[in-house]
Amino acid sequence: MKTTLTTTALSTLLALGLASAASAEIRIGATLSATGPAAFLGDPEAKTLEMLVEEANAAGGLNGEEIALVLYDDGGDPNKARTFATRLVEDDEVVAIIGGSTTGTTMSIASVAEDAEIPFISLAGAIEIIDPVRPFTFKTPHTDRMACEKIFEDMQKRQITTIGMISGTDGFGASMQAQCKDVVGDYGITIAADETYNPTDADMTAQLTKIKNTAGVQAVLNPGFGQGPSIVTRNYKQLAIELPLYQSHGVASDGFIELAGADAANGVRLPGTALLVPGLLAADDAQKPVVDAYKTAFEGKYSTPVSTFGGYANDAWLILSNAITTAGEADPAAIRDAIEATTGLAGTTGIYNMSAENHLGLDLSAFRMLEIKDGGWTLVE
Amino acid sequence: MKLSSKHVTLLVLLALVAISPMLFPSGYYYRVGALIFVNAFAVTGIVILTGYAGQISLGHAGFAGIGAYACALAPVHLGLHPALAAVLGALISAVLAWLVGRPILRLKGYYLGVATLGFGILVSMVLNNERQLTGGPDGMEVPDLGLRGVLKDWGLDLSNGQFWYFFSGICLLIGAWLALNLYHSPTGRALRALHGSEIAARVVGVDVAREKLKAFVISAVYASVSGSLLALQNKFITPDVAGFMHSIEMVTMAVLGGVGSVLGAVFGTAVLTLLPQVLTAFGEYEQLILGLVMMLVMIFLPAGLLPSILRKLRGAEA
Repeated sequence: MKTTLTTTALSTLLALGLASAASAEIRIGATLSATGPAAFLGDPEAKTLEMLVEEANAAGGLNGEEIALVLYDDGGDPNKARTFATRLVEDDEVVAIIGGSTTGTTMSIASVAEDAEIPFISLAGAIEIIDPVRPFTFKTPHTDRMACEKIFEDMQKRQITTIGMISGTDGFGASMQAQCKDVVGDYGITIAADETYNPTDADMTAQLTKIKNTAGVQAVLNPGFGQGPSIVTRNYKQLAIELPLYQSHGVASDGFIELAGADAANGVRLPGTALLVPGLLAADDAQKPVVDAYKTAFEGKYSTPVSTFGGYANDAWLILSNAITTAGEADPAAIRDAIEATTGLAGTTGIYNMSAENHLGLDLSAFRMLEIKDGGWTLVE
Repeated sequence: MKLSSKHVTLLVLLALVAISPMLFPSGYYYRVGALIFVNAFAVTGIVILTGYAGQISLGHAGFAGIGAYACALAPVHLGLHPALAAVLGALISAVLAWLVGRPILRLKGYYLGVATLGFGILVSMVLNNERQLTGGPDGMEVPDLGLRGVLKDWGLDLSNGQFWYFFSGICLLIGAWLALNLYHSPTGRALRALHGSEIAARVVGVDVAREKLKAFVISAVYASVSGSLLALQNKFITPDVAGFMHSIEMVTMAVLGGVGSVLGAVFGTAVLTLLPQVLTAFGEYEQLILGLVMMLVMIFLPAGLLPSILRKLRGAEA
C-alpha cells in the first residue's frame, strides 16, 4: 500500500516535470538570486534577461529561431543553484547558462556546466571564477581586484601613500578587502589602519575614530555594499574627517547618494561603469549607444532606475546572442568558441575582448572614476 | 513469517532507492533523489533526538557545517582522504555535541533549543569570518571523493548524478538501519521512556541526562555525515550549509513527515525537497504555496504526513 502511494506521488511529480521539456527553439537557461539576501543583484538581472529575450523574439529571434528562456530563482543558495543548473543541463537541455548572481552560486553552477560542456556566463565578481581559466566558464562583471587597482591608480595621481581601510565582513566587502591588500604594494601605498564592520551594524564611528587617530593616514577606502557604506559616509561627515573618502563599485548607484545624503556624499570618489553616467559620456563613446538603449528600455518597462547589476546581465546577453549569431548554430561547443572569440563588443560595463587566457575580457578602462558633487555624478579626469 | 516494522521500513526504503530510477526521464532526477537522501540522513538524526527522546535542537546545521568543512579543509591541510575527513568531521561533531550537551541536557524544557540555536549561529559566524581558512562567505572547493573513478576501473561506469544517487541512497539505508536498531535497543527504550515522562523514567532507573546526551551526540553525527555527503557531492561549499535556515529546514522536514518514524522523516524530506522544484512553475507564488501546504498539513494532519495517512488507510481497511 505504502509503495503504491509513493509511486503514484512520484510519477505525478515526474509528469509535471516532463510537461516543460522538449521543443525546437533555442533554449537558454538562467539561475539567478531573484529573492533572498542577494535579491538586489538577482532581481534586476532577472528582469533584464526577461526583457531582452522578449525584445529579441519580437525582432525575429536568433538565426531565425525563437529563444526560450528558462529562468530559476536559487534564492542565493549555492546548493539550490547546483540543483537548478543540473535541471537546466539535464532536463531543460539548454545550450547555454547565464547566472550565478553571487560567487557562491557561480562556483556551484560552474562545475555542473564544465562537466556537461555547456557555456556558462557568470554575473558574479570574484576573480576565482575565471582564474584559473575554466574552458566553459566566462563572466561579465569586472573583478574586485580591478576595482582596487582603479582606486589605487587614482590615489597615486593624488600622491596618497598611506591609507586607512574600513571593510564590510559580507562576501563582497571581505573579498574586495583581501584583493586590495594583495595589490596595494604595487602602487607604493601602505595600509596603516584596517578596520571591519558587520553588514548589519548601525554605527561605525568607533572604527572611523580609530582610523582618524592613526598617524599619517591620507585617505580612507571602504569596500562594501548595501547600507554599510552609506552609514560609513554619514559617520565620516559627522566626525568631520577631512581626508578623501573612496567607496567601491558595490555602491555605484543613485540609491547610495540618497541613503548617505547629498551633503555627506559630497566629494566621495568611486569606480563606476558608464551605465551610471550616460549623460556624461562623449557622443563618440563606443559604449554610449548600448548604455542608452539598455537604460531607455529597462526604465521604460519597469519604471525603476537601471543598476550596474542589471547591466552585467545585459552584457552577458549581448555576448551570448552575439556568439550564437556568429556561430550560426545553437550548438554548445560552437557557442563556447564564439564567446571566446568575442572582440571589441561594447557592453554597459565595458568593451569586451575575450581570449583563451582571458574569460572576462575587460581592462581597467571599463571603470570610470567618479566623484559625487552636489548629489550628482561627475567624471574624474 | 511476519515482517517486523523495522524490516518493512528498510524494505520500503530499499525499493524506493532501487525502483525510482526506472521512472527517471533525465539525469536531473538523480540529483533531486540524491538531495532527498542526503537531507533525509540528517533528518533521521532529528528523529532520534526529537522523535525518540523528545528534545529539540535548532542548531543541527552547525554540525552539518562542521562535517562539510572537514571534507573541504582536512584533505588540503592534513592530507587526509576525503572519506577519512568525513569521519574526522563526525568525531569533532560528536565531541562538540558532548561538550555542549553535557551541561545543557541536565536541564529540562527549552534550554537545549536555545543553546543549540546559539551553537549553530556560532559555527556559521566562524565559517563566515575565518576567511583565510574557510574562504569566507564565498565558500571553498571540496576535493573529489574518488570512489566514482574506482568503480569505473571495476567496470561500473556511473554518471556523477547516478553515482551520488546510489551512494547517498546506500548511506541513508545504513543510517536508517542503525536508527531503527537503536529504537529497539535498551537505549531506545530509555529514550522513549524519558520522552513520555522524565520523572517516571528516572523512577525506573533511567539516567535521564546521560541518555539525552547520547541521543544528542548520535544525532549530531548524523547531521555531520549529511553535511560531508553534501559537500562531497557539490564539490563546493559555502557557510549557508551551517545557516540557521538549514537547521529549521531539518526540523520542519522531520515534523512534516512525522517525527516519530524514520520512514515518515524520509517522506517529509522528500516532500519538502521536491516541492520547491515542482513549484518553480508558479514563479513568485512559490513561497506562498509552500507556506500554505505546510500550514494545512500542521492544521489537519498534526501527527505529520505519513502517520496521518497510514492511520486513514488503516481506518478505511477496517
